[in-house]
Amino acid sequence: MTVQSRATAAERQQPSQGPTKAQRSDGKRAERRLGIMLAAPAAIIIVLVTAYPVGYAVWLSLQRYDLRFPAEQSFAGLANYGAVLSSSYWWQAFGVTMLITVVSVAIEFVLGLALALAMHRTLVARGLIRTVILIPYGIVTVVAAFSWQFAWTPGTGYLAALLPTGTAPLTDFGASLAIIIGAEVWKTTPFMALLLLAGLALVPEDMLKAAAMDGAGPWQRLTQIILPMMKPAILVALLFRTLDAFRVFDNIYILTNGANGTGSVSMLGYNNLFKAFNLGIGSAISVLIFISVAIIALIFIRLFGASAPGSDNTGKR
Amino acid sequence: MGTDSRTRIWWALAGVVVCIYALVPVLWIVSLSFKTTDTITDGSFVPRSWTLDNYAQIFSLDLFTSALVNSIGIAIISTVLAVVIGTMAAYAIARLDFPGKKTLVGVSLLIAMFPQISLVSPLFDISRAVGLFDTWPGLILPYITFALPLAIYTLSAFFREIPWELEKAAKMDGATPLQAFREVIVPLAAPGVFTTAILVFIFCWNDFLFAISLTSTSASQTAPVAIANFTGASQFAEPTGSIAAAAVLLTIPIIIFVLLFQRRIVAGLTSGAVKG
Repeated sequence: MTVQSRATAAERQQPSQGPTKAQRSDGKRAERRLGIMLAAPAAIIIVLVTAYPVGYAVWLSLQRYDLRFPAEQSFAGLANYGAVLSSSYWWQAFGVTMLITVVSVAIEFVLGLALALAMHRTLVARGLIRTVILIPYGIVTVVAAFSWQFAWTPGTGYLAALLPTGTAPLTDFGASLAIIIGAEVWKTTPFMALLLLAGLALVPEDMLKAAAMDGAGPWQRLTQIILPMMKPAILVALLFRTLDAFRVFDNIYILTNGANGTGSVSMLGYNNLFKAFNLGIGSAISVLIFISVAIIALIFIRLFGASAPGSDNTGKR
Repeated sequence: MGTDSRTRIWWALAGVVVCIYALVPVLWIVSLSFKTTDTITDGSFVPRSWTLDNYAQIFSLDLFTSALVNSIGIAIISTVLAVVIGTMAAYAIARLDFPGKKTLVGVSLLIAMFPQISLVSPLFDISRAVGLFDTWPGLILPYITFALPLAIYTLSAFFREIPWELEKAAKMDGATPLQAFREVIVPLAAPGVFTTAILVFIFCWNDFLFAISLTSTSASQTAPVAIANFTGASQFAEPTGSIAAAAVLLTIPIIIFVLLFQRRIVAGLTSGAVKG
């Protein structure tokens, strides 16, 4: 962050030592050409692998297209959307996904903030703690999900052994959701904590000392100074994690495979494609998920305006 | 004095809690992987008798060894390509003026938030049509695409910290923009590029949704999918031990990265996302 001010200072000197006018416009043109050349591969791949398929998904979602009867493909208008939106499966999955998203992000925020404050303050074994919390972040989600699944499997698991015999938490709707949320929280709290820790580093120490002198207690310092100063970091962390949590798939696939109504919207889309082989309906679900994510992102950006990531990330000038 | 040492103990205690939090699920799967077949269902956190049978067993399965090779190969190729393409784009975004720059930044931000499932159904159909289904490139392409925003953001954050006066000096000495990029900036940017590579590798190594949707045989199935499909060495054996052993093997590279590059990973994770 200090580096930025250095960079702008350096840029301000630029005109004084710049080349002559003719050279500059030549240089400008070369710069543009190089810029396009360097950015082109990324742009091409993005268009090929996302933009085109997204458009194709929209087109597919308007088709009657069952992979078991490919010959019967025909234009269906909005019928697939009607079928999805009037189905209780969609709303069940949507509700479950929203619940998982809201609850896990809320818990992650509180735990992540506590963890960030602890890492910011603690002098004991700071490096060790930072190393250790990167393990949940880095570990393959499927691996972690199996660890939780076995832990809660009656007979096998050390956690299931603590429960009264005869209870199988992963066969119960509420308990399954709690375990799914637990697995999500375990894995992503460190990421949240690291983002918040970076924001915490921006809070001036002097200000906190001055507030303490004036008699502000720890809670007041947290709510009156630290949190407001960290607002940009908090927003980025919440936005990223909310959109990430909304696509939850791996944990549910391993832990319950969507049994007892615990499937997320991503599970629903997957099952429609690979179990029901219905590309039309599956694509309609894909598009609806995309729209849901866009709405969530828009709400965040509306609420927090220009502090959305990227808005001032466009480069040096 | 008294309160000071009391706070130290308090923080040390918090550290212990954090370590338990992070390590217990990992130690549990490690413990399972060393349990013998008769003790695997005893529910004990520490194995009562130890064995390496589970590891021997998964390596006797062609299914797992080929999946491991696929995982390593696909993750490495995707990482290299994503980092090369991302470095070029990030340099252009951080340093050059060119038409479409804002769009590129905006679109890559969009992809960072994009629900992968929305791409699965069209990509499934397209990759079958063009013959990429169940091949390495069929997975590498989506991995690169979803790794690019991560690479571009992390790298352009690192690029902002490079002393650009040096580039200017090189240009004054008659270097073309391309030469300035290659001779001056690349060596300076190497640490950031390396960090980005670690993050991208972790992302590719972790993926499950694309891998399970766009592959079907051992030709390209990756290890997380293979583990999820384990049914046991024989139809009478419960796959718990094999799954645990395979899971531990998948975790080893992550542990190595974390131990060796803790500082870099933290810097990389936070640099792209947090800006005042």
